[in-house]
Amino acid sequence: MQRSPLYTILFATAVCVVCAVVVSSAAVSLKERQDINSALEKQRNVLIAAGLLGDEEKVSPEEIENRFATIRSVVVDLETGEEAPDIDPRTFDQKKESTDPATSRVAPTNPALVKRVPNHALVYLVQGEGGDIDMIILPVEGYGLWSTLYGFIALDADLDTVRGITFYDHKETPGLGGEVDNPGWKAKWDGRKVFGEDGSPEIEVIKGIAGPPAEDPYRVDGLSGATLTARGVTNLVHFWLGENGFGPLLEKLQSREERRAA
Amino acid sequence: MSNRTREALIDPLFNDNPIALQVLGICSALAVTTKMDTALVMSVAVICVLTLSNLFVSLLRNGIPTNIRIIVQLTIIASLVIVTDQILKAYVFDIWKQLSVFVGLIITNCIIMGRAEAYAMQNPPGMSVIDGIGNGLGYAVILMITAFLREFFGSGSVFGKQVMPLVTEGGWYNPNGLMVLSPSAFFIIGFLIWALRVWKTDQIEED
Repeated sequence: MQRSPLYTILFATAVCVVCAVVVSSAAVSLKERQDINSALEKQRNVLIAAGLLGDEEKVSPEEIENRFATIRSVVVDLETGEEAPDIDPRTFDQKKESTDPATSRVAPTNPALVKRVPNHALVYLVQGEGGDIDMIILPVEGYGLWSTLYGFIALDADLDTVRGITFYDHKETPGLGGEVDNPGWKAKWDGRKVFGEDGSPEIEVIKGIAGPPAEDPYRVDGLSGATLTARGVTNLVHFWLGENGFGPLLEKLQSREERRAA
Repeated sequence: MSNRTREALIDPLFNDNPIALQVLGICSALAVTTKMDTALVMSVAVICVLTLSNLFVSLLRNGIPTNIRIIVQLTIIASLVIVTDQILKAYVFDIWKQLSVFVGLIITNCIIMGRAEAYAMQNPPGMSVIDGIGNGLGYAVILMITAFLREFFGSGSVFGKQVMPLVTEGGWYNPNGLMVLSPSAFFIIGFLIWALRVWKTDQIEED
């Protein structure tokens, strides 16, 4: 049907307004539930990294809360490694802090392509009996082949042995780089050492197959067909466990442990 | 149910299947059929979007100016898809994560545009809704058969329940790795089209 131009414009405007209202009201009204879901997903991944939850295990939100009860969320100052008691970990948004120039600094050029480092970061402590740290879970992120990988790495109380690693958000090729989600591969990290003799991160995802953790502590099996994603994982672990990432925090915790032992 | 209604509902299942005969919507059929539960959620999402888009396009059909009809259809479809995506994200987060971009890509699923343009623009809302459900089911049938074959032979399970114990977990079934990769969906859909045309010989195209 041919119509006048005015009618056409009015019709198009009306359709757009109605559609915009529908879409935005759906987005706004569902936001709360979606946020709860994302928060749960994050908690789930912290638990997976810590080995407190199986990869394929399906549990209710209450059970996740339950298992999360032994974990203390702490906001730390990355530069000093000190706890920041005036920031509430429940409302702390690390992604937001990383993008705001007021609360982050430009990262030195690094192979993980991390652009900005936030002033503070949210870490998770699994506490054993008597309040000793049993495990520490650190957020990590960095560039793979196509996308930024977001994940967690769990370190043992010695702050050197890896207990687990997991990625909760990435867009690597399914079947190749996407295999970073493979529980079999993630299990290969358990028991490896991060830091070399000189104290800098040495762990590396290699090409091919690494030996058992006891004999070959600094190397992890490669992902076949995903050299660049694997390199990205090495880079991001090096960056976040190095001096520009959680280095100061780990040092602080280390010396505190030593003092306690002495 | 009148004959015409029944035709609009049943025909797309086998006689005029959107995937098998019209060969539309192949992209998502390859991508989301490694597991049956993702295929099911995708099917439901497509049925909803298709039914509603047919309804709204049909309601507006006499008012839509011809020169902007495609973009109006697209606006309606895109809005419905975004709403669907938001709902899935809020209520079935796990599956939403697995479907990832493919829910968004329903916008470009030719079946939906095709039905809006070919059917809903000429028919009253009631019939258009039936046509939408029918074509959605036609899409769902092929998707579910493909997903069943791929999950059964690729992972030895049905809806995530292990039916054939895998060698890697101490069982006897050695999974067929090809089934998990997208090309297998091409083969399966090809075989389905073949089977359908052996059964319904009038679908065979002349050279």
